[in-house]
Amino acid sequence: MTNTEIRPVRPEPTRPRRARKASEPAATTARTRGTRLLAVLFLAPTVVGIVVFTVVPIVGSVVLSLFQWDVIDDPRWAGAANYREILTDSTVLVSFRNTLVFMVLAVALQLLIALVLAIAVNGRMPKWLRSVFRSAFFFPLVLSAASISVVMKYLFNQDFGPVNWLLGTVGIPSVPWLTSENGAMAAVVLAYVWQQFGFSFLLFVGGLNNIPKEVHEAAALDGASGVRKHLAITLPLLSPTLLVASVVGIINALQVFEQPYVLTAGGPGDSTRTVVMVIYETAFEQLRFGEASAVGVLLFALIMAVTALQFRLSRRYVHYQ
Amino acid sequence: MPGPRTSPTASRVRHGLAPWGRITGLALCALLTLGPVIWTVSTSLRTPAESFDLPPEIIPTNPTVGAYSEVFDQIDVWLYALNSTLVTALIAAGQMITAGLAGYAFARLEFRFKKSLFALVLATMMVPLQVTMVPVFLELKTMGLTDTLLGLIIPAFPTAFGTFLMRQYFLGMPKDLGEAAMIDGAGPWRVFRSVYAPLAAPGLAIVGVLAFNYHWNEFFRPLILETSTENLTLPLGLVSLQGNLGTGSISVVLAGVVLSMLPAVLVFVVGQRPLREGITSAGVNR
Repeated sequence: MTNTEIRPVRPEPTRPRRARKASEPAATTARTRGTRLLAVLFLAPTVVGIVVFTVVPIVGSVVLSLFQWDVIDDPRWAGAANYREILTDSTVLVSFRNTLVFMVLAVALQLLIALVLAIAVNGRMPKWLRSVFRSAFFFPLVLSAASISVVMKYLFNQDFGPVNWLLGTVGIPSVPWLTSENGAMAAVVLAYVWQQFGFSFLLFVGGLNNIPKEVHEAAALDGASGVRKHLAITLPLLSPTLLVASVVGIINALQVFEQPYVLTAGGPGDSTRTVVMVIYETAFEQLRFGEASAVGVLLFALIMAVTALQFRLSRRYVHYQ
Repeated sequence: MPGPRTSPTASRVRHGLAPWGRITGLALCALLTLGPVIWTVSTSLRTPAESFDLPPEIIPTNPTVGAYSEVFDQIDVWLYALNSTLVTALIAAGQMITAGLAGYAFARLEFRFKKSLFALVLATMMVPLQVTMVPVFLELKTMGLTDTLLGLIIPAFPTAFGTFLMRQYFLGMPKDLGEAAMIDGAGPWRVFRSVYAPLAAPGLAIVGVLAFNYHWNEFFRPLILETSTENLTLPLGLVSLQGNLGTGSISVVLAGVVLSMLPAVLVFVVGQRPLREGITSAGVNR
């Protein structure tokens, strides 16, 4: 913390204090002291909480990942052994692959649906109708992922589930959603996207509202067609929002747990076992806290890497107005 | 789920034609989005024998609330609802207090390390819960808080996002108000208490509603922390309901789902605006 204090970026906060000190010295020293005390009191709950429940645990995770520990016996130093073990464990490796496949499918689908719907809702229509649509697409977000996963389990049932019945009415043969590897992944992705697309949708609606109307009017005067208009104008202007939506979407997708846990329990086989499910099972079912922490550290590294990569790529594609 | 038909029709707006194609597409998508919820409610009102019927009847021929009374027989709904309410309400209240205070300090008070502390708070938004869960569990264990509701509540008090939101909120208020009060002799606490805090109510409502919605639905932390039946929250009770019954009758499980949804729906109806604003500001400000 001390070396950040040396950074030259700090003139702003000190300036008003000095200015006041010059004009009325006696009153302000008491006041500054009061302000500082208040700041300490106001920040204490948040900062102490974050240090105790986030900062220390991050360090703890890294340390723990170097030990073997089952809570009962004393922890034993393991060095890199946990990492070597999980990197050769096929279940762990498959869970990383599943999570990445899930992430790509879920985020792509979620962004596409949200974008199309946000542009459509943004078009001309009565005000009340717009708010009806907005509420409808937003609604799944308020439900619990666990309970909607219970519902989805029935919806996707191969024999009596309404999804297959609905597909049957348009002539598509019954799909073994939860009992085949690809079907299970598809069901988990669809259940997740169904609940989550409203989040990106709201971000896009907000982003679209920030685009000045004149831009589209000018494009229309120049004879741009609808699709062209959206590709050439809306998308670039929306790119900062797209970046946020994809960063948040990816971070959330890499942590998926409820849907595969309730819907498929990771199966069939390991086909929908995700990284977080592996962390949960390793730590709290098998009591292998060291290995579980090592998987957690790898997941954290993956999230950091993907996010950094995204910001890097975005430098070329994101336009700020 | 999506209607690809919505995007081409959107182009017609430009010509000033009635956008019926687009609106029909949107209506279909809205129907698909609400479909699972409608199905859940209507199936929960059917008799067990009819609960598997296809095509599903939207309005049951013999509506019954039998499934609901069955839920109350199977699991202790009242206890789980009480636990959920207690946990969620305390977390929401706690977050409003901590985020309100910290947000104000970061927005309006001067002190050393302000920037680095704020950077620390923001950085923790990036840390996934699952990565810290094992050490947090061990910390709670040494504090004797595993398998207690308090163990769920206390770690959820500090909120990086809420702090960020409240900072933005306080930054948006005119500085002159506080300065005027200071000239009239008010100390820093008085300025906060009498001038800015009352103005912050709508921002605090956003923090509260977001917290309520998130923690009411929370599954992962309670799953790890709570082992005794009397400490379960509704989402956990619900999944256990499903386990008890296997595939016996879906109407009972779905009745449980509907019961657990009710407060979330209430929050949706009452707090839709703050919730939407909270989410939208996540995109606009970051």
